[in-house]
Amino acid sequence: MKLHEYQAKQVFAEAGIPTPGSTLATSVDEVVEAASDLGYPVAVKAQVHVGGRGKAGGIKLAENEAEAREAAESILGMDLKGYTVEEVLVEEAVDFTNELYVGVTMDRGEGKPVVMVSEKGGVNIEEVAEEDPEAIAREHVDPAFGLHPFQARKVVYDAGIPREVAGDVASILTTLYDLFEDRDGSDVEINPLMVTADDEVIAADAVMNIDEDALFRQPELAEMEDEAAEDDLEAKANEYGFDYVRLDGNVGIIGNGAGLVMTTLDLVDYYGGEPANFLDIGGGAKAERVANALDMVFSDENVDSVVFNIFGGITRGDEVAKGINAALEQFDEIPKPVVVRLAGTNAEEGREILNDELVTVEETLEGAVQRAVQYADEKATEVDQ
Amino acid sequence: MSILVDDDTRVVVQGITGGEGKFHAEQMIDYGTNVVAGAVPGKGGQEVAGVPVYDTVHDAVDEEDADASVIFVPPAFASDAIFEALDTDLDLAVAITEGIPTQDMAKVNKRLQETDTRLQGPNCPGIITPGEAKLGILPGNIFSEGKVGLVSRSGTLTYQVVDSLTQRGIGQTTAIGIGGDPIIGTDFIDALELFEADEETEAVVMCGEIGGEDEEEAAEYIAQNMDTPVAGFIAGRTAPPGKRMGHAGAIVSGSGTGTAESKINALNEAGVPVATPPRKSPTTSKTCCSRDRRSSFGARADWSRRNVRTERVAARSDTPDRATRPACERTPREKLGPTAAASSSGSAAPPAPA
Repeated sequence: MKLHEYQAKQVFAEAGIPTPGSTLATSVDEVVEAASDLGYPVAVKAQVHVGGRGKAGGIKLAENEAEAREAAESILGMDLKGYTVEEVLVEEAVDFTNELYVGVTMDRGEGKPVVMVSEKGGVNIEEVAEEDPEAIAREHVDPAFGLHPFQARKVVYDAGIPREVAGDVASILTTLYDLFEDRDGSDVEINPLMVTADDEVIAADAVMNIDEDALFRQPELAEMEDEAAEDDLEAKANEYGFDYVRLDGNVGIIGNGAGLVMTTLDLVDYYGGEPANFLDIGGGAKAERVANALDMVFSDENVDSVVFNIFGGITRGDEVAKGINAALEQFDEIPKPVVVRLAGTNAEEGREILNDELVTVEETLEGAVQRAVQYADEKATEVDQ
Repeated sequence: MSILVDDDTRVVVQGITGGEGKFHAEQMIDYGTNVVAGAVPGKGGQEVAGVPVYDTVHDAVDEEDADASVIFVPPAFASDAIFEALDTDLDLAVAITEGIPTQDMAKVNKRLQETDTRLQGPNCPGIITPGEAKLGILPGNIFSEGKVGLVSRSGTLTYQVVDSLTQRGIGQTTAIGIGGDPIIGTDFIDALELFEADEETEAVVMCGEIGGEDEEEAAEYIAQNMDTPVAGFIAGRTAPPGKRMGHAGAIVSGSGTGTAESKINALNEAGVPVATPPRKSPTTSKTCCSRDRRSSFGARADWSRRNVRTERVAARSDTPDRATRPACERTPREKLGPTAAASSSGSAAPPAPA
């Protein structure tokens, strides 16, 4: 789960990390009012979960009221890579002499957190990592002890941070690590960490991503989850408790188990179709869950056909079949053709239960995928004509 | 022979009084697994699924000589259950639980370096040595005894692959699901090492997926250390970057690491054939069965969507009824999945699979 910049900055500020004065605004007038309260120049920054906001026109500097108004008008309501901007952060512009990077993330290969510091802040750190890996100093942290003070100092010196600010940067890094640990962060970073002419350091941006599996013990952060930022269907999936990812195609995909669903997506692509979604109903799914899954995929207007792929381990084929029947019997006319493939536990019983008039039953995974792709193509062709 | 578990393994089930724990303890016992105890704090003295329940794993080990545990404990308490298992003399702890916070697992990972107990999982289906023992939630009936080892990051994909193997008469020595989380105990390399050392395992099927670099590291290990032939499958070729595809570990990073392509290339370079969906052209079936793994699979790996589209369109105009042919009229290769391709490559590589 990603926090917005303003939310992350709030968390950082409470922990004692210096951040510029700022106000959240949702209208042009609010932006202008906030800007005059803060004092010009200000930065007007779109609050959406999209990387590269600056390049895409989501961040603008304003020297005076006219510019603030213009910036607010252009950013509020704009479409940033598929997300509509509804909130902006109005922030004191920092007059800086240097831009640094500090961050903490989980190194999954090592199974340990890693802290990172670089003198090359202000740009895409992943590009720096690729083009000039030496420019980022790293230090792995033993999660049993946390970040030792000497490690914080070492990584700051290794990164070549100027002596005048090294102590402050090390102290910010330590705070950042504590936040990572206490708040179950998956990525926590400041880029850029600005250095002013008076050798003060200040967090000009803030990234804080939280481990979704840990939200149960981070109720304050869970409340910050931005329902509006999610696709409507993704919000619905959350409600039903499905793992769901929306994609661009027209073949709806439902299955049990992440690996099997991914494989079904790959096969749809292989047979020339385009997957509309990833939907994992999980293990042991009962009839109601199955019906909810169908409801989800039917309500995606891009979907032209649905392939339902179940390999029963703990999930039972007869339960799935009952769910599919129950879901489809509600309709006078089936909204989109459904192809079902059942294998594993009670698959045969399930195939007998399935109503042939409502669904197409295929014995093999390939057969089912090919049939669904064919139906989707036919439907798409119909619409074209 | 087998790896890690057999009919001598004495199993304690942590969380046996919960719904999942009880159900699967019964299933394991039905399969013939030697389940000797349960361990649930506060429930000591009870009996569940015909075995005694103890308050601590230590008690279960002391009283019943348990040497392996299976953990069915909810995510919030699961890392504590793992620490408890690692604090005993157990040889193996299998954590089935999905959704354990990553930072809890980082602490477990640290502890693993100081203990001789092996951890498998979390977020995994378990481990099975067909005909002898199963620890976890795998459906026993699809497995068969034989000579192919299987290691996988996924649950149901494992079942799909095993089903294809079994239906083709290819049995398994042991199948192990290592789990879909970013931080896990036993990884691909550990499992491959065990299979390499197992005399009875004549070939290995390895099922990976997007995210992390474990498959790439495994490829390097195979190239340098393994004589036993390995066939691979990678799920998630069509996954978009930045999205978590069900498993917490299955995510292609924004910078492009963890892609299916990188994993397939690494495996191919290590001489490991990676199964692609079945093709219909006779030349392809021939290369599928070729013993020259390196060259044939290099060629097979570059299948493209466009070719298939063209093929499909052409086929449709030639034989309009092609798509409506009943399944029984299709060729065997069409009927079997990408996993069948995995099994065919697995069976092509070793000298004489079961």
